[in-house]
Amino acid sequence: MIDLSTSIAGVKLKNPTILSSGILGTSPELIKRAFENNAGAATIKSIGPKLRDGNNNPSVINFGHGLLNAVGLPGPGYKNMDVEFNELSKIKDPVIWSIYGSKIEDFVNITKYIIKYKPKIIELNISCPNKENGMLFSQDKKSAANVTRSVKEVAEKTIIIPKLSPNVANISEIAYACEKAGADAINAINTVQGMVINIDAKKPVLYYKKGGMSGPAIRPIAVRCVYDIYENVKIPIIGTGGITNGRDAIEMIQAGASAVGIGSAVYYHGINVFGNIVNEIKEWMQENSYNSIKEIIGIAHE
Amino acid sequence: MNNMEKEQKVHKKLTIKQIINENYKTKTFFFNEKIDIKPGQFIMLWLPAIDEKPFTLSYKKPAAVTVELKGNFTKELFKLKKGDNLFYRGPFGDGFTASAKKAVVVAGGMGLAGVSLLIENLKKSKVIFGAKQKRDLFFKNRFDMDICTDDGSIGYKGFATDKLRKLLKEEKYDIIYTCGPEIMMKKVFDIAEKYKIKCEASLERFMRCGIGICGSCACGDKLVCKDGPVFNSDNLRKMNDFGRYTRLKNGRKASLQEYHKGRS
Repeated sequence: MIDLSTSIAGVKLKNPTILSSGILGTSPELIKRAFENNAGAATIKSIGPKLRDGNNNPSVINFGHGLLNAVGLPGPGYKNMDVEFNELSKIKDPVIWSIYGSKIEDFVNITKYIIKYKPKIIELNISCPNKENGMLFSQDKKSAANVTRSVKEVAEKTIIIPKLSPNVANISEIAYACEKAGADAINAINTVQGMVINIDAKKPVLYYKKGGMSGPAIRPIAVRCVYDIYENVKIPIIGTGGITNGRDAIEMIQAGASAVGIGSAVYYHGINVFGNIVNEIKEWMQENSYNSIKEIIGIAHE
Repeated sequence: MNNMEKEQKVHKKLTIKQIINENYKTKTFFFNEKIDIKPGQFIMLWLPAIDEKPFTLSYKKPAAVTVELKGNFTKELFKLKKGDNLFYRGPFGDGFTASAKKAVVVAGGMGLAGVSLLIENLKKSKVIFGAKQKRDLFFKNRFDMDICTDDGSIGYKGFATDKLRKLLKEEKYDIIYTCGPEIMMKKVFDIAEKYKIKCEASLERFMRCGIGICGSCACGDKLVCKDGPVFNSDNLRKMNDFGRYTRLKNGRKASLQEYHKGRS
């Protein structure tokens, strides 16, 4: 009997696939649809301090080797979302509540507000490249640790997971600082900064000009980051970046991830992608005589 | 063209061949290029450094879009002249099943542009076109239509849905296609349910990616860009937001009344 379950700081997931933030998670109904399609956990679109329109289009494009986006964190703001929060709190499967802010105070206030809905997990989006100062907190270990510590102080029993940016010199040092500040797990990585110019239009394609790359093009970057972080921290890692099939997921788990984020793959394979990845992981485990996901985590380090 | 070149062309170039004034606020832009598209599918039209918005084609050969002057994007589009360039990606989404034998098409306002390719593809169809008043009409020489206006300034005085009810009392149809204001489409769907006729409606939501991932166009658990924009009765029945709620650019759920108030 193959056991596909895994756990993130005590929260059990029926399988290691997690819908990443910013993909589909705009409504509780879409979160439920991800679970109906076999996601082990699902992350909502980042909740922000106030109402925000986000950027004009194009805000998401397929550039051939992955996606490039600068959606710009649109959202109603946490004070306008009680109806959604109420619905989300009724979902039995593990929902990850992603939050962002431009000041530490924003993260603290949002956490204090949503805590009454008893979220199992809060993810700190301190790494969005598409907002002025959006990446500030994951740029150096001190500010990443400060956000983590401040949120932890008000988070009661909720699991806190900072999501880190790969656009730094030494990601594992930042992960280590977050661990020391009380982070229960680490999610790596957010998107990689990039730009695409349409040479006929002679203009950057994204309205925001610069954006964040995701999809197959960034997978080796993500694997390397997770590998490095695994060597430096003891808390679990969610490995995110370019995973589109079961083999990619196993690669990330071997690098040290306890679970894997699935984002752009929803574009490549539709919402069925969770079920497909889970089946492919199972097949690989069968062929290689593994009974539990836990046996594979980090084995590339041995 | 090799694969690398193809991949680099996220957006393809369009050149304006001709512009026709359809009425006081509506223009049709014809392009030199051909776009392979099915009725009901859409393209994302890009004005570099301005914005990108979803449109259905109103003509296929040559390709054209028929556009009402509405906000900033259309204001900029209306400044373009013959020979100017713009860009598109797509086509995206699922279109109409244009195989029905005897169909009614109910179009409201600009929704007529959204069903123009469908009407051309249908062998036998009855078209009901509802508009506020005479000056809002377009394509009246292109299609044979039962025209309805709210103020009776031309054609039948009343809503397109009133006309539809009358029609269904007199004759049997296999399917009703509809495109237009969602409040109208909801009424059309309710009538279709009452008469036990299949219905397909083309929905509109604020769109970003167009490729089924960002969730901006969510209508319940459906994505208008990927699962739609055309939805059939089986889906419409389950979509609680249909005819009631939409989502604003900032993602906030708003009633359709509030949404239309903000746009007009």
